[in-house]
Amino acid sequence: MKLTGAEILWECLIREGVDLVFGYPGGAILPAYDAMTKYPQVHHVLVRHEQGAAHMADGYARATGKVGVAVATSGPGATNLVTGIATAMLDSTPMVCITGQVPTGVIGSDAFQETDITGITLPITKHNYLVVDVEDIVHTIREAFYLARSGRPGPVLVDIPKDVQIATTEFDYPDEPVTVPGQRPVGEALQDELDVMLEMISQSNRPLILGGHGITLSGAERELLKFVEKVQVPVALTLLGKGTMPEGHPLCLGMMGMHGEAHVNLAIQEADLLLAFGMRFDDRVTGDLSTYAQNSRKIQIDIDASEINKNVRVDLGITGDLRQVLNQVLPRLKNTDHREWHKLIRGWQEERHSRDIYNLEEGDKLYAAHVIRDLWKYTGGDCIVVTDVGQHQMWEAQYYPHERPRTLITSGGLGTMGFGFPAAIGARMGLPHEEVWAIVGDGGFQMTMAELATAVEQKVSVNIAIMNNRYLGMVRQWQEFFYEERYHATPMASPDFCKLADAYNIPSMRVTARGEVSKSVDFARSHQDGPVLIEYVVEKHDIVYPMVPTGAALHNMIRRPRAVTASSEKE
Amino acid sequence: MKYSMSALFENKPGVLNRVVSLFRRRNFNIDSLTVGRTEIPDLSRMTILIEGTEAEARKVEKSLYKLPNVVQVEHLHDKPSVTRDLALIKVEVDGQKRPEVMQLCDIFRARVVDVAQSSVIVEITGEEDKIESFIELLRNIGIIEMVRTGIVAMGRGQHTVTPANGYRKLGTKTYKNVI
Ligand SMILES: Cc1cc2nc3c(=O)[nH]c(=O)nc-3n(C[C@H](O)[C@H](O)[C@H](O)COP(=O)(O)OP(=O)(O)OC[C@H]3O[C@@H](n4cnc5c(N)ncnc54)[C@H](O)[C@@H]3O)c2cc1C
Ligand SMILES: Cc1ncc(C[n+]2csc(CCOP(=O)(O)OP(=O)(O)O)c2C)c(N)n1
Ligand SMILES: [Mg+2]
Repeated sequence: MKLTGAEILWECLIREGVDLVFGYPGGAILPAYDAMTKYPQVHHVLVRHEQGAAHMADGYARATGKVGVAVATSGPGATNLVTGIATAMLDSTPMVCITGQVPTGVIGSDAFQETDITGITLPITKHNYLVVDVEDIVHTIREAFYLARSGRPGPVLVDIPKDVQIATTEFDYPDEPVTVPGQRPVGEALQDELDVMLEMISQSNRPLILGGHGITLSGAERELLKFVEKVQVPVALTLLGKGTMPEGHPLCLGMMGMHGEAHVNLAIQEADLLLAFGMRFDDRVTGDLSTYAQNSRKIQIDIDASEINKNVRVDLGITGDLRQVLNQVLPRLKNTDHREWHKLIRGWQEERHSRDIYNLEEGDKLYAAHVIRDLWKYTGGDCIVVTDVGQHQMWEAQYYPHERPRTLITSGGLGTMGFGFPAAIGARMGLPHEEVWAIVGDGGFQMTMAELATAVEQKVSVNIAIMNNRYLGMVRQWQEFFYEERYHATPMASPDFCKLADAYNIPSMRVTARGEVSKSVDFARSHQDGPVLIEYVVEKHDIVYPMVPTGAALHNMIRRPRAVTASSEKE
Repeated sequence: MKYSMSALFENKPGVLNRVVSLFRRRNFNIDSLTVGRTEIPDLSRMTILIEGTEAEARKVEKSLYKLPNVVQVEHLHDKPSVTRDLALIKVEVDGQKRPEVMQLCDIFRARVVDVAQSSVIVEITGEEDKIESFIELLRNIGIIEMVRTGIVAMGRGQHTVTPANGYRKLGTKTYKNVI
């Protein structure tokens, strides 16, 4: 049967399992939008800005593990996706973006709304395509999905000129699986590598696992747990690794890095063997490289060969899929206990409690960290939390323990302000039975709050928790530490967020005291037919501790200056 | 140190752009890059010469493999191989200098490919070192213009760079050259 390019596009998307797309129409993508009417099984979410579409597709993908899809028109529509694509690229999110393009005949002539979007996104996509013949749509879309989800996942962009969407051809969908000539299957480790790995493990007295996002991307959570329990290795997590190991587990130490906990960073510096599982030694994780983990031998398992030895030289690099490699070693591991090592770490851990903000009396102040801790407590600690970027993001990482994979969604690598709220919409639309909280700053929320209308229109129950400190808090913190307290361009005025919510008919509440946090949770839970907005008016001048200043050694952390004695944790 | 490698990639529009963009993005120090057709119509071959350490050479290889259009990458510096560079050099000559140039050409097995009133073009093929020393000598005589192809290289004997799993053309591949 003859179909148009636009129809073929939807036929292919449906065969890839797509039933939800986030997008915004315009001239060059109109044929695809028109054809969409013939495919009611695909639900289209009309966003208010294409950046929102990209972040929603990203949030959807991170929550569900499926490929997220964003659609935009040529020119400004396509360029509005760019920040969202780069965000997905840095955090390895499987995503496919479909953009309209000016007709092939005028490409290269600076036609109306023409931009070279494949050129623009070349360094921020895993791969991209400009389809110039209707015959190419089928295999291009199949390849795009294959690349987005295989190996190390990532965003793929497919640019389709308007005339190609209109042209017709015989629709013929191949049965055979997709293969890409340059794609090498990466899976198991070599026997030699396993032998060396086991040898190194058996020689170690102070082993430590650095658990990253790759654990979730590979679906290796269960294998990790078995490994950990057998060898009794403690686990430090990256920001994106949170949730890969239940944080309540006695061997889970918590987050490492710039704002990681002191005992975790000390453990890294003191370990004699580091096992990097699907983490890429980001500079926020290592601090100064010349002083990083000097006492240890290192094993790195990563599916991306180019990550091995990229930032930190390792003694054994295994290119492979983490789950498969762990399954290979599990039967050969010997039981060990490493009690001395645990005791040492526990000592550092106890020291931490004395400086911990949740042991700080709130007095008449409302600390964001307390709010987040209480949200964890009163929601049962089992929600999907999507954060924006800034201080509130770090407090979430420190004070909201995650027990399940894919329950913390946050922009780590690019640190994109404005990500949180739209990504939360995407996450909730992907998992409509989960309770989803967007924890955002007053600054970042204002970058993408236009999507309030989208959330209302789509009746998406996202609980928006704004940590309003009237500052670009994270930047203010840097000014306090490193720019002699010149608070330039960081105090920030905001609208009355509750009145803003009113304008959208969104139920809202303002919280100014710690005692009201539990009420705010009840309030949010009593409204299930759309978004709820809660503004927490929090302490203005608070600081995220500990902090490793950029370029400093990992153990040289700035700690909360004041040791606190009284415990106000009312568990 | 200089490291050479040979890469086979799909001959599709924009692929060269991807490779060059990758080198720029990763800040690789590329000394020479040549591209041309191969015995397989759908594949092109690139010879890359990088100035750096062995570790950097490995990084280039691993990064190239991240491009879906790259089919095969082989290092040549660690195997017996033949490398060639070609230069065309226009030299300023008068009646006196011309025989001098001809004599140098003889020694270096270069060829004079064009003769004009006050200049000649010589063509020389060979390993980089040989070409460099030839150029040095010509400099004293007076070089007007020069162009070089960059290095092409091939492994000797059984050291052949062909697609590991055979190359199967995918899709209908009717991309027009629009980029
Ligand atoms: C304000 C701010 C502060 C931050 N502070 C911190 C901090 O204190 N601590 C911290 O940890 N982070 C921090 N980050 C986040 C940091 O920038 C990085 O995003 C994060 O450390 C990356 O974690 P990752 O390496 O686990 O994940 P990714 O960057 O997603 O890397 C995942 C790795 O897993 C590999 N992989 C993928 N699939 C597989 C598979 N199947 N098998 C094996 N491997 C696979 C990938 O190739 C990749 O190398 C901060 C970010 C912001 C914005
Ligand atoms: C798009 C973008 N612009 C700028 C930054 C730099 N930046 C990082 S954190 C931050 C402040 C965030 O302020 P807010 O959203 O209020 O959160 P807070 O730190 O106060 O919790 C800024 C400006 C960024 N990460 N992203
Ligand atoms: Mg703020």
